[in-house]
Amino acid sequence: MAAFLGRRIAQGAVVVALVATIVFLLIRLAPGDPFAASMADPRISESVRNEWRRSYGLDLPISQQYLRYVASVAKGDLGFSFSLQRPVRSVLADALPNTLLLMAVALIASFAAGIAVALAQVRRRGRLSDRVLGGVSLLFFSVPDFWLALLILTLFAYWGPFPIGGAVDPTSHDLLGPAGRIVDRLNHVVLPALTLTLLYFPLIARHQRAALLDELPSDYVTTARSKGLTEKAILSRHTLRNALLPVIALFGLAFPALLTGAVFVEKVFSWPGMGLTIVNAIDSRDYPLLTACVLLGSAFVVAGGILTDLLYRRFDPRLRDEL
Amino acid sequence: MTQPLLSVENLSTWFHTSSGVARSVDGVSFAIGAGETLGIVGESGCGKSVTALSILRLIQPPGRIEAGSRIMFEGKDIVTLDDKGMRGIRGNRISMIFQEPMSALNPVFTVGDQVAEVARVHGNGSRQDAWNRAVEMLSLTGIPSPEERAKQYPHQLSGGMRQRVLIAMALMMTPALIIADEPTTALDVTIQAQILELLVELQNRLGTSILMITHDLGVIAETASRVVVMYGGEVVEEAEVKTLFAGAHHPYTEGLMNAMPQITASRGRLNVIPGTVPSPTEWPSGCRFRDRCSYAWERCEREHPPLYQISGSHTSRCHLAVEPERRAHPHLPLVEQANATV
Amino acid sequence: MNSDTPLVQPRGVAPLRGWQPSRGAAVAASVVLVIIIAACALAPLIAPYDPTVQPNILASSQPPSLAHPFGTDPYSRDVLSRVIHGGRVSLLVAVLATLVSVTLGTAYGAAAGYARGISGAVLERLLEALLSIPRLLLLIAVFAAWREVPIKGFILILGVTGWYGLARLVRGQVLALKAQDFVASAHALGATRARVIIRHILPNVLTPVVVAATLGLGHVIVLEAGLSYLGIGVRPPDPSWGNIIQDGSDQIAAHWWISLFPGVAIVLTVMAFNVLGDALLRELRPRQIETG
Repeated sequence: MAAFLGRRIAQGAVVVALVATIVFLLIRLAPGDPFAASMADPRISESVRNEWRRSYGLDLPISQQYLRYVASVAKGDLGFSFSLQRPVRSVLADALPNTLLLMAVALIASFAAGIAVALAQVRRRGRLSDRVLGGVSLLFFSVPDFWLALLILTLFAYWGPFPIGGAVDPTSHDLLGPAGRIVDRLNHVVLPALTLTLLYFPLIARHQRAALLDELPSDYVTTARSKGLTEKAILSRHTLRNALLPVIALFGLAFPALLTGAVFVEKVFSWPGMGLTIVNAIDSRDYPLLTACVLLGSAFVVAGGILTDLLYRRFDPRLRDEL
Repeated sequence: MTQPLLSVENLSTWFHTSSGVARSVDGVSFAIGAGETLGIVGESGCGKSVTALSILRLIQPPGRIEAGSRIMFEGKDIVTLDDKGMRGIRGNRISMIFQEPMSALNPVFTVGDQVAEVARVHGNGSRQDAWNRAVEMLSLTGIPSPEERAKQYPHQLSGGMRQRVLIAMALMMTPALIIADEPTTALDVTIQAQILELLVELQNRLGTSILMITHDLGVIAETASRVVVMYGGEVVEEAEVKTLFAGAHHPYTEGLMNAMPQITASRGRLNVIPGTVPSPTEWPSGCRFRDRCSYAWERCEREHPPLYQISGSHTSRCHLAVEPERRAHPHLPLVEQANATV
Repeated sequence: MNSDTPLVQPRGVAPLRGWQPSRGAAVAASVVLVIIIAACALAPLIAPYDPTVQPNILASSQPPSLAHPFGTDPYSRDVLSRVIHGGRVSLLVAVLATLVSVTLGTAYGAAAGYARGISGAVLERLLEALLSIPRLLLLIAVFAAWREVPIKGFILILGVTGWYGLARLVRGQVLALKAQDFVASAHALGATRARVIIRHILPNVLTPVVVAATLGLGHVIVLEAGLSYLGIGVRPPDPSWGNIIQDGSDQIAAHWWISLFPGVAIVLTVMAFNVLGDALLRELRPRQIETG
């Protein structure tokens, strides 16, 4: 087990290093730099700009910049954000917990909703409710993430049991007790998480439904019937446990997908996470921050892959012995 | 036999598909007495497995049991029973042993859990009671160290061991009838004998009836007292096992007998019945076996043979019963004549 | 007995495919797509107004009316005309970017599936790394750094970052096909490797590629819209469905029509592509099993 984990983490580290290189090159090969005239104040003279460039190492040849970058990333130093005038690491340390909270809530909710919808569909397979649920899934599957976020924002701006922006209430949060703070935070996570759930549950429902239908003709289902189990018990116990296996693969895919959705959802709902951070870094061309966000994103994806492998081993007894 | 345990009367199970109606089981009748072992024998495609599944009403759409069929069991007609009543019979009064012990077991649950599940559904004891009973049954079927084996998954057991698990599962509630659908086909020859011995022994001990479904007359000879031969979705011959082995009447049964590997036979080649079972969407007119039969004459094409009584309880669906002199003049079956002319 | 007769002697249970979206749904999706594509192709003839001219700055953000069925935007431009012209840009970007992805993905996948030894392993590992890049984050970083990317470059970059999944699919298919008899016999007859790939393998890979491309089109439309919404996609004043939504997003509660209609256009188009992709998958699947 430990050996397996170690090997996977080592592989993941190589992948992240490769991604870091690709991103570094793509960004640094771009014409101009953050201090070029297009964005800065015309009153700032070229010599001042050059001074700034020197202080961030942007005057060096690309190869040297790359070496410096690799060395500092290896030490865990992700650089200094131009636009926020803070170390990138502390910016991300503030943003990451918010994104993780949002993704965790959305991940659990969309898997729960997706599996529930698929079970309901398969139980009534071929009938009207199967079609209706399938149609609703397809609809949300086809909706652009940011547009759905805007719609939900608009809807709840008129009719507002939940706050539509930020992670906490800016005026009252600090005055609340510990329980009140948790409630405040959860209230704020409802709408962004709802949006992400609506965007992501169809993928799970579609795959789960297909997986369940694939399992139904299995011999063990006939055995279960011959034992006198109800169709409902067979579906939700015997079939689901087997049909979960192909859906576990989606767990790994969920990380990049939810991260993508989080970019837009965080922007629309002003949720102070990684997505909002990278969107805000666009205009300032904050290279270290942009690069670090992509790097962290790919680390997420790699971690999702490892987690998926672990889940497979947890859920499929046939794989446990192979370790 | 005054009051049979199970009597199947005029059972028809048809599959309504886009390419026609497959009459897989077409008017089958037979009965099993308490404590008796009845064998059903036939090639694949003859309808024997569909018959087995029909008795537990495990046929899924597009298949269905047609009107006019009756399956009487303990005073109830299974065909018209409601779902709840049916579930009360499955695994409890009638249980089933399947052919492929690997795929018949759910790969993600321990075998003990799957055996115990039967008692959790039908019994009224606790989970622990069900588990203990499962371990007991595993031990009864000859599984060594059953406590440990119960905690293992199907893939960790050998084929013979898995079949014992299925038998334990079938015996959990001491049912009145066990349907064994080719229980040894997927196993090695040595294991086959062990499993059959086990079934016979457990039957003697528990007084259960067995419906033994197989393509192998050898299995019938070892386990059954009476045998039903099926062909083309119909019963073509029924007799005491001794009577049948002393002299089969139907040409199809004769063919099956000749196809059995004989230890004493010196010839290297196995006899096989020429041709294959026709498609159940288009059974031939008259006798369904006529294309493959070496006695067939024009009456076989014209007239669908009824079940003729040969003697006592011996019946056969062959016109030879009324025109026995034709048995003296065999010829090449039609399928072989067709091949010869190509 | 032909191969689609359900099992006559059910080993487990008779086949069950559950409900399949009807052929009607696929036909409806095709009709929707034809209408949308025709409207976009004929945009200059159909659109009632010029999509970029700001006719009357006083008539900005007008709600839908007979003169402007979809209303007007903050610059007093007709939203209907912008949606029609914007669809032209969005669809063109999606089709061209998908073409780039399909070409790259098929070529890489075929090479990675066919290569043996070290080169095969390297291609496989590189693909794994590429698959671990979160596409949107990478695109944001790249477009933020490169600024003002012309539309051709935008399409190219969308295409270049979108082929990894397809390459993996093709690689898997090629690996499966390679093991098959007809490929081995082609080799035995002395066909060169390139010839075997082009003559024997690619035609068999085509089916999954067509399905993936159809589903991919919908994905690229959404991606382009998202980037344009963030201001790093199609540049104003040229309309695209994404940047029209952006025009209305600041005032969405008051001026909902500006963002609503292009969004509906996206949903309709993407849904049609998805339905069509599903239908193609179903129609083509039997052949896929037969050959692969």
